[in-house]
Amino acid sequence: MSADATRPEEVVTHARVRVVDLPYDAGRLALITIDNDRDHTRPSTFGPGFIASMGAALDEVAAMPDLAGVAVTGKPFIFAVGADLSAVGSVTDPGQIKPFVKSGHDVLRRFGEMDIPTFAFVNGAAMGGGLELALHCDYRTISSGAAAISFPEVFLGLIPGWGGAYLLPNLIGPADALQVIVANALQQNKQLKAKDAVRLHIMDVMLEPADFLEESLKWAARVIDGSIVVDRPAVDRDSWDAIVDIAHGMVDSRLHGCTPAPYVALDLVRAARTATRDEGFDAEDDALTSLIMGDDLRASLYSFDLVQRRAKKPVGVPDKSLALPVRKVGIVGAGLMASQLALLFAKRLEVPVVMTDLDAERVDKGLAYVRDDIEGQVAKGRLSRDKGNRLIGLVTGDVDKASFADADFVIEAVFENLDVKKAVFAELEGIVPPTCVLATNTSSLSVTDMAADLEHPERVVGFHFFNPVAMMPLLEIARAERTDDATLATAFAVGRKLKKSCVLVKDAPAFVVNRLLTRFLGEVTRAVDEGTPFDVADRALEPLGLPMPPFALLELVGPAVAFHVSETMVAAYPDRFYASDNMRRVVEAGKRAIFVKVEDGTSAVDPEVAALFVQGDAPLTEEQVRERALLALADETRRMLDEGVVAEAQDIDLCMILGAGWPFWLGGITPYLDRSGAAERATGQRFLAPGVASVPA
Amino acid sequence: MDGVRTPFGRAGSLYAETRADDMVVKVFRELLRRNPSLPADRIDDVAVAATTQMGDQGMTIGRSAGLLAGLPQSVPGYSVDRMCAGAMTAVTTLSAGIMAGAYDVVLAGGVENMSKHPMGEGMDPNPRFLADRIVDMEALSMGATAENLHDRFPQLTKERADAFALGSQRKTAHAYEQGWIQPDLVPVAVRSAEQGWGYVTVDEAPRPTTTLEGLSALKTPFRPHGRVTAGNSSGLNDGATAALLASEPVADELGLSKRMRMVGFAFAGVAPEVMGVGPVPSTEKALKRAGLTIDDIDMFEVNEAFAVQVLAFLDHFGIADDDPRVNPMGGAIAVGHPLASSGIRLMSYLARDFERTPEARYGITTMCIGLGMGGTVIWENLNHAGSNA
Repeated sequence: MSADATRPEEVVTHARVRVVDLPYDAGRLALITIDNDRDHTRPSTFGPGFIASMGAALDEVAAMPDLAGVAVTGKPFIFAVGADLSAVGSVTDPGQIKPFVKSGHDVLRRFGEMDIPTFAFVNGAAMGGGLELALHCDYRTISSGAAAISFPEVFLGLIPGWGGAYLLPNLIGPADALQVIVANALQQNKQLKAKDAVRLHIMDVMLEPADFLEESLKWAARVIDGSIVVDRPAVDRDSWDAIVDIAHGMVDSRLHGCTPAPYVALDLVRAARTATRDEGFDAEDDALTSLIMGDDLRASLYSFDLVQRRAKKPVGVPDKSLALPVRKVGIVGAGLMASQLALLFAKRLEVPVVMTDLDAERVDKGLAYVRDDIEGQVAKGRLSRDKGNRLIGLVTGDVDKASFADADFVIEAVFENLDVKKAVFAELEGIVPPTCVLATNTSSLSVTDMAADLEHPERVVGFHFFNPVAMMPLLEIARAERTDDATLATAFAVGRKLKKSCVLVKDAPAFVVNRLLTRFLGEVTRAVDEGTPFDVADRALEPLGLPMPPFALLELVGPAVAFHVSETMVAAYPDRFYASDNMRRVVEAGKRAIFVKVEDGTSAVDPEVAALFVQGDAPLTEEQVRERALLALADETRRMLDEGVVAEAQDIDLCMILGAGWPFWLGGITPYLDRSGAAERATGQRFLAPGVASVPA
Repeated sequence: MDGVRTPFGRAGSLYAETRADDMVVKVFRELLRRNPSLPADRIDDVAVAATTQMGDQGMTIGRSAGLLAGLPQSVPGYSVDRMCAGAMTAVTTLSAGIMAGAYDVVLAGGVENMSKHPMGEGMDPNPRFLADRIVDMEALSMGATAENLHDRFPQLTKERADAFALGSQRKTAHAYEQGWIQPDLVPVAVRSAEQGWGYVTVDEAPRPTTTLEGLSALKTPFRPHGRVTAGNSSGLNDGATAALLASEPVADELGLSKRMRMVGFAFAGVAPEVMGVGPVPSTEKALKRAGLTIDDIDMFEVNEAFAVQVLAFLDHFGIADDDPRVNPMGGAIAVGHPLASSGIRLMSYLARDFERTPEARYGITTMCIGLGMGGTVIWENLNHAGSNA
């Protein structure tokens, strides 16, 4: 970001002033509209051009005599969504960033320092700097239609640094402020609804969208003439530090200091109790500047861009005009995975879905799963009765695959065994139309092998979901050797309709996410087998801030499934993947976890598991385990790129963010492998050039 | 029961970027807020008038605006078109339903955003109008019909028209000064892409500084050396109106404040090329049906599409041009005439006239209508001692 007043690429949000007569003879009010002159799909953001425009608008207002108040509102459906971060990734010098940060502060704080009342009429989405603008005002109305209210900064590796970290705790107290600034941000950037914002006293009053601005002006007039007195609960200042301590403990137990932004936010909120406005805002300027000059933020912005852009425009996909229409879907199998798929296809595609299985009992069980889920959603009011009926009516079951005769897309979710799957596809070929796409949900078998003996192998494609299917956003779409463009285009069109982020992968064992996770878990297990204590191995990755420790991941996947995949991988790449004999015994003993909860609420190694483990006498330290795991990840990632499993490192990162929930501040994984040096130690080279997801040298 | 309206704007100005259906939403919601004792689900029907029923004025705006305003889904709605008398027709049609016992409480409205929908938008006159001499083509230009009216009644001179127009401006200014108009205005937030949000609180069209000299110098756009000018006509305007009507027992049950009672109404047709004379036969018909005479009428709200058309009405009934019973708060020449919405403006003006004049028992609202029609509604003042209210 340059320190120039305007940049050519900035979509400038303008601040425009009109003077209006308030109702009830309450006087004249300067009404400022912030609008970037695009429709709601391009929300207003704050860059240097906005800061200049708002500064000029406020100068204009300052020169107006006899105003009773000032108010600010947004364009239709949008208030403002915060700072324009588009150019932050290229800043190399903190001297460039500090003036911009400070200039934003200097303009926004004027709303809190006028001698007439100021109002924010929050007509729509207000995030980050937009919410801060509202907080600088003396009073706030909010439309019940406002879609999203949040401070996403910590989610992105920043802090609300245009007044938010100082003003919010002083307005609503540290507990709720930290919920909004830190906890919600770390919970996948959870948004507040308008009524939440009012309940937390972030907003003073909620008004309906149909005449939001008119009613806001009436409300403002009533505040100005004194007939409405805004009553906000006093902030508890006595337990302030204790509350921040508790929040700090909760953050630490999850993040272990792996990334700075949440901690910086905690410190700012702690200091906000006694800091003056100047001190509070200065501290925000410094904090923002130092975070912007850190690799965690750069990796986060890179991640955000992957999720926002690359996930929506997958690379290397044939033109969508080649896609064939899908008017009926078949699902082979009626087990848990198949039932989840049936539900998803019916809900998103709204076409008939048929499940088949070997006997009526299994089919009925699958149908019951679908029906129960839909009924549950109807009962909770998430689906209307009519919509529920429609979806239930769409999903049918059969023991005879003849019901696939008019299907356009059939996916198999049967037992993970190549011969079984080949037999299924061979049988299907005799039933389905010649253009019907045959998809497999295999997680590790070769799609090419599955298609090998078919008459039309070109219509077979890998379609790999993650569990739970409804929640996980990633879909790995695997192109087998003979998959044709029409099939691939159809697969991507279906994936998009299913609202999944689709990544094109080559047909290679375990594709991307499971391959990396299996390699990585293999290293951790190998370390334990060699004699490293379980808890040491389990803690080794804490500095990365992964969503869960290795053995928790193992428990989530299920030791049996994980072991099965590791065996498949060892078969493919015996020199570097690892199937542990100890784990085989754990699986054979039917154990589902390594750690169990003990009486005092902490976890300990299940004694039965410990008894099954035969360990060596070469324990590693946490650092050593971590180094091994990172080198393995770097090595495997490089191999995948060399093999052309995906087009670019960006695709691997996107897969790890969406498929494994790996954090933004790691950039998925390759930015972290670069900045920790693991990439160069393992492979002699970086994955991304300096500056792509890091502060340029 | 009650009537409100947006401030009227000049076409192409304040409301140029505001949807007509949104304007209706604002007046509906304000009307309900003003009558909090009325449960919205007691509204039996909604009729909204618009002359050009396209785009934001289409889609059965009586239904769509009701949904947008947050009326319960159970409240139905429909659209009405009788050009300038749209809102008047919405009121009479709904009231007929009340009289027939089909409705208890109804919501009537009218809107015209002439910024977005200029007069005659999408018009496709049947060629037989001309070929079979059914309608003089001049009948399709309202200004031309006003000139025709001057021809028919030579005593209606341009000077009288200008004087009447000046009176309308002065009466409007006076009514504003007295605060008679403002209570029924619903301020509207309006967006301008270039200027940002604004807030319309008063009528835009009135020109309180108008003088006779100024009026006499205006061009006559409909004929060379004609008589009809922008000054002695209503303008092209944007606005929306709404009114709440109820049967008397239900109004009492719900505790709604009663202001005037519909006595009767009538519509009548005349030659389309002199449509401005329409109010004469419609008023005679309405009076006759109500068993009243013109002498029983103490208050007149006559729509001022053109000064000459008001004068034709007054001359016919022997009423002076400056009779204080006629349009005491001014009229469309000053505040504007957003076609289909004006009928309800006349009614809410009359309700205010009645309030100020409890000795007046009966009043009429009347207007001329394109293609040669007139409409008249007779009302009884419930502030009057003899009204049994």
